[in-house]
Amino acid sequence: MSYRNDPYDPKQVALLDPAALAEAVADAEKAFAAAADPDALTALRPAHLGDRAPVSLARREIGALPPAAKADAGKRVNEARRAIESAYAARAEILEREQAARVLVEERIDVTLPYDRRPRGARHPLSTLMEQISDLFVGMGYEVAEGPEVELEWTNFDALNIPADHPARGLMDTFHIAPADGSADPGGPAGSGLVLRTHTSPVQARTMLTRKPPIYVIVPGRVYRTDELDATHAPVFHQVEGLVVDKGITMAHLRGTLDHFARAMFGEGAKTRFRPHYFPFTEPSAEFDVWFPEHRDGPRWVEWGGCGMVNPRVLRACGIDPEVYSGFAFGMGIDRTVMFRHGVSDMRDMAEGDVRFTRAFGVGA
Amino acid sequence: MRVSVSWLREYVDLPADLPADDLEQALVDLGIEVESIEDLAGTVTGRLVVGEVLEIEELTGFKKPIRFCRVDVGTANGTGEPQEIVCGARNFAEGDKVVVILPGGVLPGGFAIGARKTYGRNSHGMICSAKELGLGDDHSGIIVLPADTPAKPGDDARPVVGLDDVVVEVEITPDRGYALSVRGLARELAHALGVPFRDPGLAPAAAGTAEPAYPVEVRDTVGCDRFAARMVRGVDPGAATPGWMKRRLTVAGIRSISLPVDITNYVMLELGQPMHAFDADRITGPLVVRRAEPGEKVTTLDGVARTLAAEDMVICDDTGPVSLAAVMGGETSEVVDGTTNVLLEAAHWDPVMVGRTARRHRLFSEAAKRWERGVDPALPLVALERAVGLLTAHGGGTAGTAVLDLDHVRPMTPVTLPVDLPSRRVGVTYPPERVVALLEQVGCTVVRGPDRLAEDPGEVGVAAGGGDVLTVTPPTWRPDLTDPADLVEEVVRLDGYDRMPSVLPTAPPGRGLTWQQRRRRAVARSLAERGLVEVVAHPFTSPELADQLGLPADDPRRRAVRLANPLSEEEPLLRTTLLGPLLGILRRNLGRGHRDLALYEIGTVFHPRPGAGRPPVMGVDRRPTDAEFAAADAVVPHQPRHVAVVLTGDLDPAGWWGPGRAAGWADAVQAGRDVLAAADIPAERVEVRAADHAPWHPGRCAALLVDGTVVGYAGELHPAVVAALELPKRTSAMELDLDALPPAPLAPAPTVSTFPPALIDVALVLDASVPAAEVQRTLVEGAGELLEEVRLFDVYASEQLGAGRRSLAYKLTFRAADRTLTVEEALAARDTAVALAAERFGATLRGA
Repeated sequence: MSYRNDPYDPKQVALLDPAALAEAVADAEKAFAAAADPDALTALRPAHLGDRAPVSLARREIGALPPAAKADAGKRVNEARRAIESAYAARAEILEREQAARVLVEERIDVTLPYDRRPRGARHPLSTLMEQISDLFVGMGYEVAEGPEVELEWTNFDALNIPADHPARGLMDTFHIAPADGSADPGGPAGSGLVLRTHTSPVQARTMLTRKPPIYVIVPGRVYRTDELDATHAPVFHQVEGLVVDKGITMAHLRGTLDHFARAMFGEGAKTRFRPHYFPFTEPSAEFDVWFPEHRDGPRWVEWGGCGMVNPRVLRACGIDPEVYSGFAFGMGIDRTVMFRHGVSDMRDMAEGDVRFTRAFGVGA
Repeated sequence: MRVSVSWLREYVDLPADLPADDLEQALVDLGIEVESIEDLAGTVTGRLVVGEVLEIEELTGFKKPIRFCRVDVGTANGTGEPQEIVCGARNFAEGDKVVVILPGGVLPGGFAIGARKTYGRNSHGMICSAKELGLGDDHSGIIVLPADTPAKPGDDARPVVGLDDVVVEVEITPDRGYALSVRGLARELAHALGVPFRDPGLAPAAAGTAEPAYPVEVRDTVGCDRFAARMVRGVDPGAATPGWMKRRLTVAGIRSISLPVDITNYVMLELGQPMHAFDADRITGPLVVRRAEPGEKVTTLDGVARTLAAEDMVICDDTGPVSLAAVMGGETSEVVDGTTNVLLEAAHWDPVMVGRTARRHRLFSEAAKRWERGVDPALPLVALERAVGLLTAHGGGTAGTAVLDLDHVRPMTPVTLPVDLPSRRVGVTYPPERVVALLEQVGCTVVRGPDRLAEDPGEVGVAAGGGDVLTVTPPTWRPDLTDPADLVEEVVRLDGYDRMPSVLPTAPPGRGLTWQQRRRRAVARSLAERGLVEVVAHPFTSPELADQLGLPADDPRRRAVRLANPLSEEEPLLRTTLLGPLLGILRRNLGRGHRDLALYEIGTVFHPRPGAGRPPVMGVDRRPTDAEFAAADAVVPHQPRHVAVVLTGDLDPAGWWGPGRAAGWADAVQAGRDVLAAADIPAERVEVRAADHAPWHPGRCAALLVDGTVVGYAGELHPAVVAALELPKRTSAMELDLDALPPAPLAPAPTVSTFPPALIDVALVLDASVPAAEVQRTLVEGAGELLEEVRLFDVYASEQLGAGRRSLAYKLTFRAADRTLTVEEALAARDTAVALAAERFGATLRGA
């Protein structure tokens, strides 16, 4: 709708009166201030800045004025309009800020709600520890060697200088594999010639048969003895074994390696202590203890494993010239290590597979 | 072995006030494991005194006769008045010296002694038996001290009954039989503490005489390379074993039997020489030492009739075997209550023979234990001299002058030792004089220079020629010293392991983990990250498991490796599938109240090599040839590494967000896909195919294939298996052979297009029997290279679609590497994909 060609109406011209314009501005400011939110403010816009708003109608009247008055009136109308626009913008900014703040409050939720929709599982601590030990030695240049769990008597015993009638064989509490034809005399000359390996040491023999020195290997694995499962024994347990064969290897190298191992596993305060012992496959032999500063019952020596210089007879049976090479070997129980490191008091917890036990160890870093 | 320190002190000058800790350390430093050190003085506290029985009043009217005694305990009770004590034993008389514990004392086991009223009288203390003092099992009466006991009433009774002693229990390694004796331990302690040692093995002894003590013929001098004997006639059959000897035997865990038998055991403990005492009147004719005839029988001292094998050695008289040589005597010739004429035997037997005989007859006697570990062949005459002396001293009788000694012992073989070998092996510089001194200390005879008589100069483990060498002849009690390395150990052991420096060797650069090792870790970790818990199950299974799993008769998993000596007769087999033991662990967890379980294991299964036979015999004097070892290795069962998963209950737990989601066949199959993905097998080389395979549900079992080869199975377990194993319904499982997977290829990098994709959904209606996997493969094939991704987002069946039909809805993403696709291009690609599906499966576009 247009009023341009309307006849001049003095009442309307009165809209250009400064007082009237000031009133329009004041009205607008008052209305804007009363708007409670951005939507209410937007709804006020047509009444104060729209085509039928007083300032818009006033602008239209300018044309009816005598030319001399036009400029002055135009200036007044523009000023009034700018004032209303600015009031609107200021109020809009305040209201939008208020609304944004209100949304943040309204959207608040309880961030402590649990959300384990797919809880993580867990690795067995025996696996994790074997990997950790392997990694330590791999970092030193060793490789991880493996072998079968059902093993030749030859590799499990003979090659390791444990002949058929050696008392040490009797001490090993061996599971013998029944001959396929069902005949008797397990372990005897008519036996299957196979056993469940009683230690990881047959992998020593296999390694020396298949690799040329220098040999630096670490051997984690499962081993078997005919012990009933109870708090301190298990028929199935785990060992990790190290073997080094190189020129000029001494027992001091063995001790240095174990000291390093002990510090890596049990902290800088850890150290080892050797006690003479007997193993057929090493000579000289020792058992070694580790000083474990963080033992749950206070710092103490803990029996950790056996070690020694590879018996030249073993080297020879595996085709390595003992006059050129020497070596050392060491081994320890992984289950025992987990037990004293973590304060596990019952061996059965490791074998029974109760998820409460294993979950406590997490996935491992 | 348990031994009294007082006994050791007879041969080694231990410091008078040697603390138990120092004693333990000395033994440990020499490689002797100490099980315990017990100070007997601490086992009885309070006043334990010698008393003299002054007066006995018999009390009657009780269930058993009781004595009220007045006992002189000197001034030990503070008053000097006789002590009034009620006693139930009757083996003493007025004037006897006894052992009294006064009120306030505590006996072993925490038994506190007070003054109390009993049998109507006030008893102030107790007269003790040997058992009450922890000195043995004798509870037949109280201890009556010999009349000539020098102690007077009121004196401390501990030294009188041996309660002032310290008992050491040690564990001896199998190489050092000599240390299973007072002689051997005393020698070791002398080394450790640097104190004088008097070797009882070097005591003078009567030499063999032309006239034998008894006619003996040794027919097998390999099994028995020395046989010595002496006769003592006219022994008092009533002579008792002296208390001190009994106590020492008791401490060692040996029961007192009779004076002659106790003496043989005592000499065995003291010198390490096992002996035997025959009743000379119970053997007839000459003794013959020989191998047993197969099937021959002998009844040993333990009353067991034993059938002998051809390898066993026996001692026979005219009646046949009278002793299972070296292991246990026979019933018919043993010393009995009335024995007066005793034939003492001290021989030397082949350790291998004894070990076999002991194992064959399961007779691990104290004698057999020593023979197997090596006994000094120089001891028989010394041992006989000692035994004869003890027997005549305590049992009377007359020792015969004849000494039998059939000696075929070969001299010790000298060992050639480069004098610098100990330094080279240990990393400590041992001057030659030090090496010689240490070896001489353990009893070796050391000569500088090579042994011209040695038959084999190239001894194990040393360069013979050149350098300074020692010729070392070990002492007779050290049969374990055969190699230079054994001598190296003696040097480092005596010099001290703590002197060894700590030097870290430098390994050559390694190649890290193998791809198989890395893959195993990735698989294990990925399953754990996805919510499964790893278990380490024992691999023992029962023969019934195959039936419970419903394995067909010809299933290779029915052929299992069998243990000859299983721990449990119910589980003699090694697993051929991980599922048996794994489901056992699942059941244990269910029994403990867990409902939602997702478990996995990575482990070996065992498959026998059919018809493999026995491995060839291989020696150890040289490396087996590759062919020999390969032949042996071919007998070793196939032991692939598997991974298995079992699922029951909710895999995704319920929570405030809503209900949980039960694990099922799809999760098991997905676990298989996850494993293959973790193993870096590209998805396009993996195929999942419907299968019918025990122990799975025939309609809910998937075979997992890589490059067309089946590597495993997954799905829901067969309802019959679930019932047989008492598992929750719908229990699901996956098992896959990790060793059957090919190595992962190098992944080719894709071209990452920056042009926008065209997304088109298609819903295909087709027969429900067409596997979704094949439909998807067909769409990929038909769409061509513009297809970037295809994803099945809905599976739908309804009456409108028709019975046996379903709709599969796919989201297809098309994209070109070099341009923005036009709608026409994308539609054309879609159409060729749908057309191929239509052609192969009769699929129609839904709503088209």
